[in-house]
Amino acid sequence: MTYQLTRRVVLGIYAVLVIVPLVVVIFGSLKTSQDLFASPFALPTNWQLDNYSKIVGESGLGVAFRNSVIVTGCSVPLTLFIASLASYGIARIPGWKSGLLLGFIVLGMAVPAQANMIPQYVQFETFGLTDSLLGLILINIVVTLPIAVFIMTGFLKTLPKELFEAAAVDGSGPWRTYRSIVIPVSVPSLSATAIFLFVIHWNDLLYPLLFIQDAAKRTIPVALLSFQGEFLTDYPLLFTGVVVASAPIVIAYVFLQRYFVAGITAGAVKG
Amino acid sequence: MATTLTSPSQARGPEGAADTLAKPKGRNPMAPHPALWLFPIPALVLYIAFFVIPTIQGVVYAVTDWDGFSPTAQFVGLDNFTTILTSDDLFRNALSNNIKFMLVVVIFQTIFSLALGVYLTKNTKASVALRSLYFFPTILSSVSVAFIWKFVYDPNFGLINTVLGAVGLDRFQSAFLGNDNQAIYWVAITQVWFHVGQMMIIYVAGLQQIPQELYESAEIDGAGRWQQFRYVTLPMVAPATAIVMAYTTVQSFKAFDLILGLGGNPPKGSLDILSTRIYAGFANSQFGYAAAESLIFMALIAAITWLQRRAVKASNPDA
Repeated sequence: MTYQLTRRVVLGIYAVLVIVPLVVVIFGSLKTSQDLFASPFALPTNWQLDNYSKIVGESGLGVAFRNSVIVTGCSVPLTLFIASLASYGIARIPGWKSGLLLGFIVLGMAVPAQANMIPQYVQFETFGLTDSLLGLILINIVVTLPIAVFIMTGFLKTLPKELFEAAAVDGSGPWRTYRSIVIPVSVPSLSATAIFLFVIHWNDLLYPLLFIQDAAKRTIPVALLSFQGEFLTDYPLLFTGVVVASAPIVIAYVFLQRYFVAGITAGAVKG
Repeated sequence: MATTLTSPSQARGPEGAADTLAKPKGRNPMAPHPALWLFPIPALVLYIAFFVIPTIQGVVYAVTDWDGFSPTAQFVGLDNFTTILTSDDLFRNALSNNIKFMLVVVIFQTIFSLALGVYLTKNTKASVALRSLYFFPTILSSVSVAFIWKFVYDPNFGLINTVLGAVGLDRFQSAFLGNDNQAIYWVAITQVWFHVGQMMIIYVAGLQQIPQELYESAEIDGAGRWQQFRYVTLPMVAPATAIVMAYTTVQSFKAFDLILGLGGNPPKGSLDILSTRIYAGFANSQFGYAAAESLIFMALIAAITWLQRRAVKASNPDA
């Protein structure tokens, strides 16, 4: 009895701790500062969308949003494509050579981003890839390749060998096997990895902060971070930024929850 | 091309001949196709060019005093490393903050995520709904989480101080991030709020695999709830604990975004951790020095991860 009571109390308190800040942020984005400070928990007294029009127009968050869509829209499918090709090759190459290849790529997961960001910056600058969305797409692919390959190779190795052998007997070459067998059977694994990559690429702060000087090339997290100085105490505006920045991921979470949990957890377990 | 492809199966001699499935074309279809070697090439090219080479390049920078734009740099040997490890107070401060941060995050995140996981192991409707709710913060960006908590901690208008004031507990009101002795711990709490749901999911996966019979026989033996937890759950869930602790540790060293979001860029000394220190070195054009810091940072993470793995193995041979 006391167990059930403790359980309910703990779960209830933690639910409140998660919900309340989120609700305050959503309501807050529709309030004036005075209204927010006077009664942070209350519904907005007069609902106003000024913050939203202000943030998308004046603050440049609209541009940043577009940039984020371009970068993530390119880097997620490209990472998936390149990583799935590699994973298929690695999963099917026989013997120790496969392990060696996988080990070599997966070693990249042990190198924290802050450890090689400086030489990467120098390299990207040399190639004219700083201040460019292309550079961000490329760096996103490069830094998430190891983990994507690791997750997908793990999945492909669980498939029965006979599946590939049957295809080969039927005269299917590796490219056709990749297209008409590997990709269709990998949909669950690809979806989970896609979500995992989407969250990382969309939310990434480090590389855009490092590579982008030009305000017109900023992505959402950098634009959001820059509000800190610009609107020091204007919490409603900060909250509006938070809502706009999070909207795509939250919408995706509502519809694809299962894949979120699977993808982010696979990333954690294997990372 | 065709002739070279036939040779391996022919070279097999009698075994190859006995293989009745072998197509007349020659190449054994059961054998992996040589073109499979082409598939990892795009990944390898990108990985080597933009990941492996820069990583090696970092080692080269680390033994110079390069400022990031001069055409030349002086070779300084291990001077950067000696300075960092012996006389750099900023580095030492960042390291000490990072360790405090890591300890709080690892301890609290592991305990809370285990508790929530135990309470929500069963797949009832309510449990599934609560799991989705608790998991939710994980999908937000660190900057968003930082801004939410900036308001929670705001000394004048913040949620905590408002609530404390409303219930007459004014004496517990605090400056939170403004208080240099506590700031890093408040960020650590934010980090736990941010990621505890993710770790809870890992625990749930581990907990669901524990056979129900173990609890039944423990109950027959008269074990109470606490004893069941202590002698069944805890040992059985040790592999998940290993994952959670390792992941949380690495995460706590990478908490770059959260610090910048809550502490500003660059953060003040009381919130400086290793990753922000390296970034500051980069921003101040001390490329060689920052590269040396990066290597120490990487070695530190590797060492901690290795120690943890050993500790888990030692405490649980099955894990």
